[in-house]
Amino acid sequence: MTARAPVTAPKAAPPIPAGLTREQLVEIYYYLWLTRSLEERLTNLYRQSKVIGGLFRSLGQEGGSVGSAYALREEDFLSPLIRNLGSMLVKGAEPLAVVRQYMAKAESPTRGRELNIHFGDLDKGYIGQISHLGDMVPVMAGVALSFKLRNAKRVVLVYVGDGATSTGTFHEGINLAAVQKLPMVVIVENNGWAYSTRTAQQTAVKQLVDKAKGYGIPGERVDGNDVLAAYEATKRAVERARAGGGVTLLEFLTYRRKGHAEHDAQGYQPKDEIAEWAAKNDPIDRYEKQLDETGWVSAGERAAIRERIDRELTEIVTTSENEPFPEAESALDEVYANPPRLEPLWYRNGSNA
Amino acid sequence: MPEVTYLEALRQGLREELQRDERVFILGEDVGVYGGAFKVTEGFLQEFGERRVIDTPISEAAIVGAAAGAAHMGLRPVAEMQFIDFISCAYDMLTNYVATARYRAGLPTPLVVRGPSGGYVRGGPFHSQNPEAAFLHTPGLKIVCPATARDAKGLIKAAIRDDDPVLYFEHKFLYRRIKENLPEDGDLLTPIGKARVAREGTDLSIITYSATVWKSLEAAEQLEKEDGLKVEVLDLRTLLPMDDEAILATVKKTNKVMIVHEDTRTGGVAGEITARINEHAFEWLDGPVLRVTAADVPLPYAPTLEDYVLPSTADIVKVARHLAAY
Repeated sequence: MTARAPVTAPKAAPPIPAGLTREQLVEIYYYLWLTRSLEERLTNLYRQSKVIGGLFRSLGQEGGSVGSAYALREEDFLSPLIRNLGSMLVKGAEPLAVVRQYMAKAESPTRGRELNIHFGDLDKGYIGQISHLGDMVPVMAGVALSFKLRNAKRVVLVYVGDGATSTGTFHEGINLAAVQKLPMVVIVENNGWAYSTRTAQQTAVKQLVDKAKGYGIPGERVDGNDVLAAYEATKRAVERARAGGGVTLLEFLTYRRKGHAEHDAQGYQPKDEIAEWAAKNDPIDRYEKQLDETGWVSAGERAAIRERIDRELTEIVTTSENEPFPEAESALDEVYANPPRLEPLWYRNGSNA
Repeated sequence: MPEVTYLEALRQGLREELQRDERVFILGEDVGVYGGAFKVTEGFLQEFGERRVIDTPISEAAIVGAAAGAAHMGLRPVAEMQFIDFISCAYDMLTNYVATARYRAGLPTPLVVRGPSGGYVRGGPFHSQNPEAAFLHTPGLKIVCPATARDAKGLIKAAIRDDDPVLYFEHKFLYRRIKENLPEDGDLLTPIGKARVAREGTDLSIITYSATVWKSLEAAEQLEKEDGLKVEVLDLRTLLPMDDEAILATVKKTNKVMIVHEDTRTGGVAGEITARINEHAFEWLDGPVLRVTAADVPLPYAPTLEDYVLPSTADIVKVARHLAAY
């Protein structure tokens, strides 16, 4: 691959869509590549048994995560799902925090209490998910409610998968938010599979966006592997919410190219289906092609970004590998605000009952 | 000091906290226009407006989930379950999300979930439940069960100010049946985690909470008159965290203990209290720890059936006599 001539390309470039700047396009590229590379590093660590628990990949879904989160302002909040590492990175999650978390280190964001990307940061504006699918919809409705009660022009974005739309909490949360006209955007990432279950076995609706009608809210179906389309659609929904227009449901069409988690050999997924999405509909390939064709960001510049990410990740992995697990007794800390530490069981502290 | 009912005391506590702290708000089914199924929040919509008194859809999981999200952002939500029986619809949200939020993610989650619990009111299986045992097993939650008007007020105020999620189980049988003179001025706060000796005694202890505090006091009165027994009654007030100090103090004082609760027997709170006494004060006991509880059945409707299933004053007297004979 040869880089376009840097002097002539910007002159020939067509206008950048959606009010984005060239610097932002570069940043979007950075986050896409960071997401993919970070997960690849984690996969290596997983194979070395240095990732203690399961590993969840978003391979082929990075476009929807990065594009949608990029549409938020700093003061807005999001809650990711297991395949939204990219959204968290955009919102300020540090790659080192992600690696520490997967490796269960003392310095991980949850100090070794939780796994994978189940963590958040109230200062940066993202709240970690729990494993119970759909539960973050009511919780994020509550965050949106706090914005409404305080007259703050802030917006909440919550991600669910196709499977989570079958849960009761999804329904209750989106319905409450719709009734209260809360500033919330719900992104249903339809990647075709909930573990081994096809979307058609999850719901009888033809397309998940049809569910919006049942809540009296607008819905839009989006090419989730087109990062700029994901950005634009989310931006529209976010700004409608910010202006008092209430909840929007976005269905992102994408595809899960890896198993549910890294242990899953995905024998139930047709190989040619995976191959076709990989060959023809990879969000990063598509973005690269777009950047090449328009000349917005040169191949040389992109290569430099990839090299920088590679160096950063090497450092981060080394840092995390050399760190300790949490102190065992810290397991008793902060079950409650008060008391801040529980008493050890009597046969663990050496004293009598 | 005007006389107020348990329900009025609860309402006063809620109103005072709404007035004191603008972060406090109420959400639940029919809490606004209607003022709540039992009128606990009557007049609040007019006084505090629809932003702070929110009528929600029939969605207990969303009510609790939204309360959690708002609490993370610095608000102090009080969520009402119209009948506490419906808290089971929010069980996932409470046990998986709310109770773990601080521990797993450092998320402040200061919220209160409250609602009318308990039987003796011919409410049948779905308007009479006592759900405390289902949540006693969940680290991260606090559980309070006021028995008096003073504590109805003092505990709701303390619960709202607490930095942890608190389940506040009020008893609907007590709502309008008990009254107490409460001071009008000053902050009436009941500390969470502290039991109260409701009646002093030296011969035998009854450990109890909520409505059965009153049945235990009646039984103690009768036992003193008829048997000359001095029965101590300990009102736990808080179930989580449990006041071990107060429990052990009464065990060491009377050496004979029975536990009375309205909830069903198997896996109930009494079993946990018994285990704690067994572990920490075995050598102080002069008899077995005995339980008076509901029978292990869903609570039936007909008066004959409900009265048969729930613990009565006569049951407490009978078991106390059995224990006193050791």
